[in-house]
Amino acid sequence: MSTTSQATIRPVPEILVHEVQRPSSRKWVDWVLTTDHKKIGIMYIVLTFVFFALGGTEALLIRSQLAVPNNTLISSQTYNELITLHGTTMIFLFVVPIMAGFGNYFVPLMIGARDMAFPRLNALSFWLLAAGGIVFYATLFWHPPDAGWWSYPPLSSIQYSPSGGQDAWIFLIHLTGLSSLVGAVNFYVTIVNMRAPGMSWGRLPLFVWSILIYAILLIIALPVIAAAVTMLLTDRHFGTHWFDPTFHGSPVLWENLFWFFGHPEVYIMILPGFGIISEVLPVFARKPIFGYKAIAASTIVIAFLATLVWAHHLFTAPMPLAVLAFFMLSSFLIGIPTGVKIFNWIGTLWRGSLVMTASMYWALGFIFTFLIGGITGIFLAVFPVDWQLNDTYFVVAHFHYVLMGGAVFTILSGTYYWYPKMTGRLCNERLGKISFWISFIGFNLTFFPQHALGLSGMPRRIYTYQPGLGWSTFNLVSSIGAYILGIGMLLTFWNFLRSYKTGKIAGPDPWKGNTLEWFTQSPPPVNNFDVIPYVRSVEPMKDIRRQIEIDTGVIQKTGGAEQFTRAQ
Amino acid sequence: MILGSLLFASSALANWDVPKSGGSPNANSEETLYLIVSWVALFVFLAVEGALVYAIWKFRAKKHPVAEQFHGNTKVELGLTAGAAGILVVLAVATFVTLPSIINPPNSDASAGQVLSASLNTPRPPNGKELTICVLGRRFIWKYVYGNGCNKDYFTKHLPYSYQEMEAPAGVTIDLVIQSSDVIHSWWVPKLGGKVDAVPGYTTHTWFKALHAGVTYYGQCAQLCGRGHAFMTALVKIVTPSQYVAWLAQQNRLITDQGIQVGQLRQDLIKSGGLTSNGVF
Repeated sequence: MSTTSQATIRPVPEILVHEVQRPSSRKWVDWVLTTDHKKIGIMYIVLTFVFFALGGTEALLIRSQLAVPNNTLISSQTYNELITLHGTTMIFLFVVPIMAGFGNYFVPLMIGARDMAFPRLNALSFWLLAAGGIVFYATLFWHPPDAGWWSYPPLSSIQYSPSGGQDAWIFLIHLTGLSSLVGAVNFYVTIVNMRAPGMSWGRLPLFVWSILIYAILLIIALPVIAAAVTMLLTDRHFGTHWFDPTFHGSPVLWENLFWFFGHPEVYIMILPGFGIISEVLPVFARKPIFGYKAIAASTIVIAFLATLVWAHHLFTAPMPLAVLAFFMLSSFLIGIPTGVKIFNWIGTLWRGSLVMTASMYWALGFIFTFLIGGITGIFLAVFPVDWQLNDTYFVVAHFHYVLMGGAVFTILSGTYYWYPKMTGRLCNERLGKISFWISFIGFNLTFFPQHALGLSGMPRRIYTYQPGLGWSTFNLVSSIGAYILGIGMLLTFWNFLRSYKTGKIAGPDPWKGNTLEWFTQSPPPVNNFDVIPYVRSVEPMKDIRRQIEIDTGVIQKTGGAEQFTRAQ
Repeated sequence: MILGSLLFASSALANWDVPKSGGSPNANSEETLYLIVSWVALFVFLAVEGALVYAIWKFRAKKHPVAEQFHGNTKVELGLTAGAAGILVVLAVATFVTLPSIINPPNSDASAGQVLSASLNTPRPPNGKELTICVLGRRFIWKYVYGNGCNKDYFTKHLPYSYQEMEAPAGVTIDLVIQSSDVIHSWWVPKLGGKVDAVPGYTTHTWFKALHAGVTYYGQCAQLCGRGHAFMTALVKIVTPSQYVAWLAQQNRLITDQGIQVGQLRQDLIKSGGLTSNGVF
């Protein structure tokens, strides 16, 4: 194969298989002690999906309580614990770390490296995450935190939240924060130093771009929240008064620190998802990505602006008008690079030949729902309108459209897309599509009526409400939708679990992928690649297939998944 | 009666897509601004989702088996980016044009003379005359103190106060001085305007000028404040200025009577030995 002959044109860092694969009767020991980026990636993805299931169960309990007015299913204390658990779990234990999971598994493969730059540090990242999750969920046996996932003081102070649950929340932030920070440094070093020969910045896969920016944003944002929760901890136990107004401390200081982290966090969650979509669409549209440079550049612009918009969460807090105006305009600006991405994705579909796989369903569903979340974001950025909408169900609807309809849809698209690479088997496409439609309908039924609830004056985080306020019907519809969404998610999980044993054998490249992870076996061997090809474009696999076709005259069939050529 | 309730029901359903309004000019302006944003949003929604659905339908592999290989179109990209920026400029202009009617309180109606006083609090109507009502958030009830100086020396001035239900005169510009004595709360009565956080250590302001007397507006705390958050409701009863003056006098009398009764009870308890003279049980 002539494509591989230039493999040694540029020296790459020498990476040896750092552990000899030896057969072991105690398989789980291999998992616990592993430093292989693929095993760590799988552990990340499995663990975070477990947390997703827990967070989803909490969501269903919340919706059950709110289904009818004056419901007494759940007490107000339990309800506040549930919303705190749900928000914290979905953000710190699911969306952020699962992106690290995909990054772990696929960044080295996509850039043609044999592992992450610091494999042991990589294992540390994972185990810190696991420790954070255990510390946090252990509170279920004592007193879970109940001050919401923002933990605004004074509500989160020792006076109003005396239980250790609040401290467990602080330790969760520290542990998962450390995990992400270590992981971010690792991603950065890996991407900067270990790319395949020929893979210049202009040939970096867009998913890898997004993980690079994800890492940079984590490095910017995490120290701030680490400082803030440490201040909260010393306020609670060591006599400081950072946030205590009775000693001239300020709760607004916490709000600013929290959201200076919290808003970049939103982009930390969604940018890798954008990256996944930018990989999935060209593959299934059978066509190059539309505007590669614009997508990569808009990722950088979003990351820059992400650090300048945090106070749009504080439009109702005591702040001068000039500050409100600044943060409205900066929040507007972030709509432009986001719009660029959506245009480019639709441009990628334009005059393509769309192969409608389950992965593609989720990707297209993502564009549809994420756009709605983006549009409602504009309402919230207009601060006088936000005075009516802030802290209502309109906001709840908005951020579920961008986080569930956005990030989670991309995660599921990515899982369907990469499942054959990770397991060697294909998911059941039929079940995948059915479960997509159930989830998609359930999702919109759950969250669309919540816009109306917010406009009708229903605040967030109330555990019950009176009849006759115009909220009952919308709440009931929303709760029914949540159960439909739950069924869709269960079927999706069932598909992932069952396909591990019964799925069709995928072969190395079932989708006719564009990037280097499809250049190796499924699942890849410990060293990933025996030979690393020279990269000549942003779609090295397309080049390789074309080269083989020229050399051999044989049209390259995809390995074991001919059903996707649409001849069926 | 039936017709009335039908009208009420239909108007309640017809208003699910806009914020609540109708009680005060600032709430009405917020609704106007919301509608402007809505029209822009609807346009963007239809254009982009339309293009997406069209592309999915038109270019699926069954109908369009060969994908055209192109990498982008700089003109289209720049054009769409400029278009997005243009939309945002329109929204920014709309916001700043509407803003004064939302944040600047107007003068009170001429009929409201006797309840007004000059105020040093912000924001102020052009002639500087308004009625000040303090809103104090605490877990899990709103307290209102009526009259100038309500956030400083209401105790020595013997200002009247009430809990949960606020009485306010129609046609009068009312400056709300918002504070909290424990955790963060958020004052929100949707039909009287947007919400303002009550943050301990800070004093925040908003205003309303009720358009109709004889209406009671409903609102509730919008910031998670603990286990009773769901029950921290607020009612604002709008009355005529003369009714308001009468109510204030009555409230003052009731508070004074209660104070006397409590004093009497205290003396009785001290006499019977249930309480020491410094008030310890």
